[in-house]
Amino acid sequence: MSGMLGSTAAIVGPMFAATTADVSVTHYLVVGAILFTAGIVCMAVKRNALGVLMGIELVLNGANVNFVAFASPYLRGQGAPALGLDGQVIALFVILLAAAEAAVALAITLNFYNNHSTVDVDRADDLKG
Amino acid sequence: MDIAAQLPLLLGLAWLAPLVSFVAILFFGPRMGPHGRNAAWVATAAIVTSLVLSLFAAGTWLGAHPVQAAHHGAGGHGDGDHGESHAADAAGHAGHASGHDEAHGPLAYAGDWYALYEGGALRLTIGWYIDALTVLMFVVVTFIATCIHVYASGYMHDELHDVTDHEVHLSGGGHLHRPGRFPRFFQALSLFCFSMLGIVIAGNLAMVFIFWELVGICSWFLIGFYYERKSASTAANKAFIVNRVGDFGMLIGLMALWGALGTLHFADSPVGGGEPARPGLFSLVRPAAGGHAIQVPDGMVKFAAAAEVAKTPAAEVAGKIDGWRGMGLGRWLLFTAGVGIFCGCVGKSAQFPLFVWLPDAMEGPTPVSALVHSATMVAAGVYLVGRFYPVLTPDVLLVIAYVGAITLFIAATIALVANDIKRVLAYSTVSQLGYMMLALGVGGWSAGLFHLVTHAFFKSLLFLCSGSVIHACHTNDMRKMGGLARVMPWTAGTMLVGCLAIIGAGIPFVIGLSGYYSKDAILAQALSFAQANPAHSILYLAVAGGAFLTAFYMFRLWFMTFAGEPRDHHVADHAHESPAVMVAPLVVLSVLAVVAGWTLPGGFGLANLLEQARPAGTAEGMTGGFAFGTLVFPAEHLSHEGAIHVTATLTAFATALAGVVLAALMYLVRIISPAVVATILRPAYAFLAGRWYFDELYHALFVVPVLGIAKLASGTDRGVIDRIIDGLAWTARQLAGIDAWIDRTLVDGLVNATATATWNAGLELKKLQTGHLRQYVMFIVVGTVALFVLASLLFRTSIAG
Repeated sequence: MSGMLGSTAAIVGPMFAATTADVSVTHYLVVGAILFTAGIVCMAVKRNALGVLMGIELVLNGANVNFVAFASPYLRGQGAPALGLDGQVIALFVILLAAAEAAVALAITLNFYNNHSTVDVDRADDLKG
Repeated sequence: MDIAAQLPLLLGLAWLAPLVSFVAILFFGPRMGPHGRNAAWVATAAIVTSLVLSLFAAGTWLGAHPVQAAHHGAGGHGDGDHGESHAADAAGHAGHASGHDEAHGPLAYAGDWYALYEGGALRLTIGWYIDALTVLMFVVVTFIATCIHVYASGYMHDELHDVTDHEVHLSGGGHLHRPGRFPRFFQALSLFCFSMLGIVIAGNLAMVFIFWELVGICSWFLIGFYYERKSASTAANKAFIVNRVGDFGMLIGLMALWGALGTLHFADSPVGGGEPARPGLFSLVRPAAGGHAIQVPDGMVKFAAAAEVAKTPAAEVAGKIDGWRGMGLGRWLLFTAGVGIFCGCVGKSAQFPLFVWLPDAMEGPTPVSALVHSATMVAAGVYLVGRFYPVLTPDVLLVIAYVGAITLFIAATIALVANDIKRVLAYSTVSQLGYMMLALGVGGWSAGLFHLVTHAFFKSLLFLCSGSVIHACHTNDMRKMGGLARVMPWTAGTMLVGCLAIIGAGIPFVIGLSGYYSKDAILAQALSFAQANPAHSILYLAVAGGAFLTAFYMFRLWFMTFAGEPRDHHVADHAHESPAVMVAPLVVLSVLAVVAGWTLPGGFGLANLLEQARPAGTAEGMTGGFAFGTLVFPAEHLSHEGAIHVTATLTAFATALAGVVLAALMYLVRIISPAVVATILRPAYAFLAGRWYFDELYHALFVVPVLGIAKLASGTDRGVIDRIIDGLAWTARQLAGIDAWIDRTLVDGLVNATATATWNAGLELKKLQTGHLRQYVMFIVVGTVALFVLASLLFRTSIAG
């Protein structure tokens, strides 16, 4: 994440240059960061539970993009005895978990709706301490 | 069957039969018929069995050793023996035939049934020592016990249903109501018979002591039969405690004998295998080698001369013993042993100064008084003195004689003024026991034991008669009786026989009741002794004076009870003759009270039977003594002859007659008023009525100090020991209080403070838990960003290097 922040700081100045440069790992990371931030914002501002879920999906996929980007062969050291697919594999896991999580979250939402006739998360404060 | 094997078998079974009855009643008593009615039959059957077996034994004895007239001065006595040696055992007698010389011992059989413990010198056995005296005592005890069992099954019928005891006042104002205790009475009676017979048959002093104590505890049970009455339980305790005092002396005697001689057996016990027999007490003190003359045994000499023995080479000790004995070493030990054993007899036979328990023992039911406290238990002491006689030195005998004389005089004087019919008889018993002791003490072995037997008959008769009177009048007080002869002719008649027997009535030199013979023998022996030792002639005066007093108080009793007009019409109207079951024993006993002293033509009689058992070496008298000057004990047969006999008989007759006449003048014809006499002799009367103030004296001397010490001890306990303990407890409590404060304040405070802090923290933190999802997301985001900023400030690292 510090890398991401660093990258974000790095692109403020020469943003235009970057758009014209060849597609590199940094570009992927930028996309991931944008996705992640968009997801976070979505989660924080949406009152509709479904919107919040969508934000979650965005966060997860932003992370996925990062995983895949860091799996790039250019970032790897020489002679590493590995297949080089670690990022992709973890991304697949995340997708899988995201599907499961979505199923559970949707079920909770549906139940909430049944009980409260709304999907407004601000109304869902039953777990207040 | 050999007589030596037959006698122990018969008498042993006779001894054990009451034990069987005791155990049976103990376990099954309450289930024996309604209210345990059949317990009386069980006990009576047992004692009748004993009687029959004893009679068989007596028959066996008489068949083997026919009683013949003693051949005094003709070189021997009781020459009916057939080669049995002194203290012969079945195995040991054959080789000891000592012929018909003067030195031979009594006919006796001794042996052991069972060794309780055998190791080293210690040998405790259950054994027998059977001679004519044993057989005679068996017959007497079982016979009287049989009569009393029969009598008691009638007398105790009140106990067959619930009893209301009018002498026990409850705090609520009512009387005690309790279930009857019929079986319990017969249970104790059976145990008593067993114990008494155990003393009689015992073959050694340890066994005597065991049964001695058993008799004591039976007495305690029986005196305290009405234990709800304070007087009864106190009397029982008194009897028990006073007897313990005597038994303490007896233990000292036992220890003296045991420590110095290493045996408590009376007779020699064969070892077997050709070894010489282990000597018993009798042959140690009166060795056959010395013609059965009494001497301090070697063991005691060595014991007393322990210092010299230690200095002398072991081989020379035996040679020096005679020298040491000549110096008088060990004689005090033998004296102590004798006096110690006699102390036990003083307690059991109610001699001065321990006689105070016997009159109080009349709190028990009357059959108990008759059996235990007149005929048998108190006879145990006299019997033991008679049995132990060979070991008693002249000095011990003199002590015994004086104790007997004092006892007989004190008790007789108290009996003069007693008004309780049973108490008169009780003091009469004490007095007669004093007679026996005195007789034994002046060398009248046969006279004392003869009186023991005859007294057993007429005293049990007198007690049963008094029981019959009490049964009819429901009072013991003679002042409320009078004129009962009309309503109770059988009781009055038999009691008259008893009174005549006890005063020794008879036609001088012709014939008399049983007491006539035994009392004359005592009087004659006392006279004989007084002539030989003029310094001690007061003993004879005591006997003669005692005879007068006896006659007076016995006939005072009879006249007050049966003669004249009824003093209390309420009592007289109520009185009735007792049932046949109670009268029959009276008649049987009165017959015996008449004939027991007779000697049939041919020599058969108690006196000659007793001669068979005379201890070795006592026939020819004895001279000796070191503590009270030299004493001469004339041979007993001398007192039956010549001037002594005539004087004694006439004295006895005159004194008895004087006593009866005086009693008649005061209570029958009433020429002399007893009240006037009492007024004139007021101090003396008060002194006697106060029973010489012995109870008060003992109360002041022993009871009060003991109670004082007890009070002091309890005061110490409460005031000092309890205080200390209370103080310790108080201190512990205070310390615990401090401890509790620390626990509550510091430890609990710390724990509670932690808990409170956590609680409060929780309360504060829970405000963060808003429940708003979007807020959480914001927290996460802000937190994460803050963490990143923090990390980037602190660690300035770069991901791509």
